[in-house]
Amino acid sequence: MTSATSPTSTTPVTTPARTSEEAAGGIGSSPVRPDGTTKVRGEFAYSSDLWHEDMLWGATLRSPHPSARITGLDIAGALAVPGVYAVLTHADVPGVNRYGLEQPDQPVLAEDVVRYQGEPVALVAADHPETARRAMERIRVDYEELEPVTDAQAAAEGKGPAVHPGGNVVRHVPIRRGDPRATADVVVTGTYEVGMQDQAFLGPESGLAVPAEDGGIDLYVATQWLHVDQQQIVAALGLPPEKVRLTLGGVGGAFGGREDLSIQVHACLLALHTGKPVKMVYNREESFYGHVHRHPAVLHYEHGADRDGRLVYVRARIVLDGGAYASTTGAVAGNAATLGVGPYDVPNVSVDCWGVYTNNPPCGAMRGFGAVQAAFAYESQMDKLAQACGLDPVEVRTRNAMSEGTVMPTGQVVDSAAPVAELLRRVRDMPLPAGPSGEPDLRRLPGGVSNTTHGEGVVRGVGYAVGIKNICFSEGFDDYSTARVRLQAVGGEPAATVQTAACEVGQGLVTVLQQIVRTELGVEQVTVEPMDTSIGSAGSSSASRQTYVTGGAVRAAALAVRKGLLGRVGHVPGELSVSGGKVVSTRDGVLADIVDVLGDDVLEETVEWRHRPTESLDPETGQGTAHVQYAFAAHRAVVDVDTELGLVKVVALDCAQDVGKALNPQAVLGQIQGGSAQGLGLAVMEEIQTDGGLIRNPSFTDYLIPTVLDMPPMNIDVLELADPHAPYGVRGVGEPPTISSTPAIVAAIRAATGKPLTRVPVRPEHII
Amino acid sequence: MDFLRPTTLDEALALKAERPGAVPIAGGTDVMVELNFDHRRPEALLDLTGVAELAEWSTSDGQVRLGAGVPYTRVITELGDVLPGLAMASRTVGSPQIRNRGTVGGNLGAASPAGDTHPVLLATGARVEVASVRGGRTIAAEAFYTGVKRNALEPDELITAVHLPPASGAEQFAKVGTRNAMVIAVCSFAVVLRPGYAGVALGSAAPVPRRAAEAERFLVAELPWQTPVPLADSLKRAFAELVAGAADPIDDVRGSAAYRRHALGVLARRALTWAWDDYRNNGGERQCA
Ligand SMILES: Cc1cc2nc3c(=O)[nH]c(=O)nc-3n(C[C@H](O)[C@H](O)[C@H](O)COP(=O)(O)OP(=O)(O)OC[C@H]3O[C@@H](n4cnc5c(N)ncnc54)[C@H](O)[C@@H]3O)c2cc1C
Repeated sequence: MTSATSPTSTTPVTTPARTSEEAAGGIGSSPVRPDGTTKVRGEFAYSSDLWHEDMLWGATLRSPHPSARITGLDIAGALAVPGVYAVLTHADVPGVNRYGLEQPDQPVLAEDVVRYQGEPVALVAADHPETARRAMERIRVDYEELEPVTDAQAAAEGKGPAVHPGGNVVRHVPIRRGDPRATADVVVTGTYEVGMQDQAFLGPESGLAVPAEDGGIDLYVATQWLHVDQQQIVAALGLPPEKVRLTLGGVGGAFGGREDLSIQVHACLLALHTGKPVKMVYNREESFYGHVHRHPAVLHYEHGADRDGRLVYVRARIVLDGGAYASTTGAVAGNAATLGVGPYDVPNVSVDCWGVYTNNPPCGAMRGFGAVQAAFAYESQMDKLAQACGLDPVEVRTRNAMSEGTVMPTGQVVDSAAPVAELLRRVRDMPLPAGPSGEPDLRRLPGGVSNTTHGEGVVRGVGYAVGIKNICFSEGFDDYSTARVRLQAVGGEPAATVQTAACEVGQGLVTVLQQIVRTELGVEQVTVEPMDTSIGSAGSSSASRQTYVTGGAVRAAALAVRKGLLGRVGHVPGELSVSGGKVVSTRDGVLADIVDVLGDDVLEETVEWRHRPTESLDPETGQGTAHVQYAFAAHRAVVDVDTELGLVKVVALDCAQDVGKALNPQAVLGQIQGGSAQGLGLAVMEEIQTDGGLIRNPSFTDYLIPTVLDMPPMNIDVLELADPHAPYGVRGVGEPPTISSTPAIVAAIRAATGKPLTRVPVRPEHII
Repeated sequence: MDFLRPTTLDEALALKAERPGAVPIAGGTDVMVELNFDHRRPEALLDLTGVAELAEWSTSDGQVRLGAGVPYTRVITELGDVLPGLAMASRTVGSPQIRNRGTVGGNLGAASPAGDTHPVLLATGARVEVASVRGGRTIAAEAFYTGVKRNALEPDELITAVHLPPASGAEQFAKVGTRNAMVIAVCSFAVVLRPGYAGVALGSAAPVPRRAAEAERFLVAELPWQTPVPLADSLKRAFAELVAGAADPIDDVRGSAAYRRHALGVLARRALTWAWDDYRNNGGERQCA
């Protein structure tokens, strides 16, 4: 997907003047990414390009059934295939045959039952991928099929057979604030549905496991969090952590879909078993079975307001379908519940959110993580309320907008900027796109070059939405990152290296870390070392947190190095700083070259850095200061809808977002464009369709994601209202634009068609 | 798997006769997908990209002979004026990369009910030229599609070309997909008007692409051929109903049967309007380039 930005918005509009002493390529600038050129040229080595002399290829046999008992398993046929080195089943898992991000409920390889279509049952290693595939087909598995549990609502109500021994409710999160029996003059209700979206990253799951002489294993893999992978692998292999070393492979997108394990344990098992390096790569279809998706949701909402549209209460019941295994369902439910009323000031709140087990495909993390589902419902409700009160959709939102100081439904007091009303006003005041004129250009019409309309049946609509997201890990999680920064003279120039285990998944973290070190050490040459487990954990590349947390750790380590450096200068008058490779004093100007201060010494500091702690939620009332930071974005969508064919062209999708501080303005715009496009996908096309627990469209032929003709150029307004609690004042950027994009587009389609549209993605059938 | 690379048509036909199980590959945009997904494991591939005769087009006897191996990009740039309907369909196929490789011959070989060129070939009355070591023959487009992804080729035959008349009136093609580019048809529609002739066909709305014969007869009888006036709404509506009635769609992951039928009616109404406006504005028979 590509999207153009109009020339006027390539730089943030609301950017404070940069100070001139900032290092070239430091924070606030947009230097070229170190991986940019190779990616554009197609030369970047993704994890699927990994190669080793003498390596074998692994393949995974998966269950064709969403729910079945395994009554027989015969691997003899596969073992007999020439070129096959190993065929493994659950009996070959040396450690604990269970893993999971929140609870170890998922077998590495199925034992007596399978709980979803695509669940791994057996593994093959062979000298050629095709041999592995063919051998796999000769494994005989006898299944006794069971009726799959597919109704999440029933699961939440405790009805139907249990998918796991403890019942089907993974987590129930209640939030209670104010008067549970509050009444209001104006009441609007609605039931909304969100389909199962996929992360649709382009680089399939892949990695290479290399057995080591010490009996351990080196795993090269595309993932989002090396250390949490390591923990789970160690448990399954029954090895000590030092024997399982992970290095990040080239990651082709993640969006949450790489938080859970895929090939990790499987490749290690095969490599340890055969004593040979083993590579595994999923193909596109297997990838759809090989990672979790966004939780589908059903959301019942009731909003009560006074006649002026001021909210009196919000009551909601949300059911999230977690599928066969827990993954991150508990945390997703926590988000959907705590953010369930949206970025509004609501005195009386009662929200219940259930995350449940079914035999549908497992669901877990995806960009927006629970906040996306809730936003579609609460923003649809705000439009309904606007209509009921005869108010403009922006007006009803600004009247209820939360702000700094607002008390959240959890009791948490918002203690940094929350410019919700301002963001809405900004998107409202952006220029509207021109209407059609002259000869119709098919590319600008619904249906595109498919030539379905020359203007007939086309109606324009405008819609607004604003969303809220928590940044970093919440609910008392010990969320930290580790960074090592080294400074030395190399060839007469000062050079720094930075090492972390933080995963670059395409978001541009490597660039930002370089920028931070440049700024703090006044050194231009900064090398980011490969990410691996030889250093402590950096936490996950998710929850929009890496610039905040690993950025914070790198900054702290760089500051410690700087302190060491300046300490070597000794006591001189004035305040010291570093800039342009020199040590500078406020009184006397340049004092020395950094290289001279360093001599032959290497200054190195390693820091473990934490953001301020959060609290868990009270299990009965949902009260607690559970979130680190809140982030907001607003969208205005303009759509042209072919009301007879139900086809949609999003004409404009403009966004205003507060990012606290744009460390890399270009990367910020990229996140906003990409996130908005992903939200557009959910609004009008992206859905994994299931039937009886079976996926009907596991391919990019039928799982459609937006193309350049679907995604309009954007006007983007970036605010920088520094958060005093965050390093440099940053506010997480990656997720908020995904959240408000979807409801804004659907609101615009409603405005054009007058249809209620309570489900996303909106399909042509819903519009006509 | 053998990879056979003939450089002449005769060589290709001889190879196909010798090894009827060899799968021809032109642009490979269907074949390679099937191979990659392991849906097909042929004993041999017969690469037709080295056969120059297949990659040419010519005009003679008032017909365009379009070689089976001419990619969509060339249909669009070289034949856009002569075969406007086929060029419109070609523009909707996949992405630029797919249009650079994919061919009309391949579309016919795959014979998917959703193939974009089929409605145009049917509506223009195209004939498919096929050949084998036994000789050549031509098959009317409507006799070519024999079932879902099946066609009238004998195991030793190759598609060599399609013959279709250059546009002499108006041609329109439209396709509904749930994305604004690079999408498989949920349903598609073609209409061709020439003096006293109407061709109407549907795609992705029945097990095979098909003509809507009743709708064609209706147009021949009811269009105000002699007077270049805009069409009455009642005529368009009646036509749309006949088109929708000619469909035999299914519910699938791309859309429901009911939606397909509805959408075909809308496309029929609109495309007929555009075609008729073109036709009458060009004064009936138009000069061909
Ligand atoms: C990403 C993508 C998007 C696509 N989008 C569209 C679309 O929008 N619309 C559409 O209609 N199609 C689409 N397709 C399908 C495909 O591109 C078309 O069907 C195309 O016309 C196939 O042509 P080809 O030359 O690549 O055929 P190939 O893949 O080479 O062959 C296709 C079939 O025809 C046979 N064949 C080829 N040439 C001959 C011959 N001369 N004689 C006998 N048999 C022959 C082959 O054996 C094979 O069975 C898409 C494919 C992809 C991968």
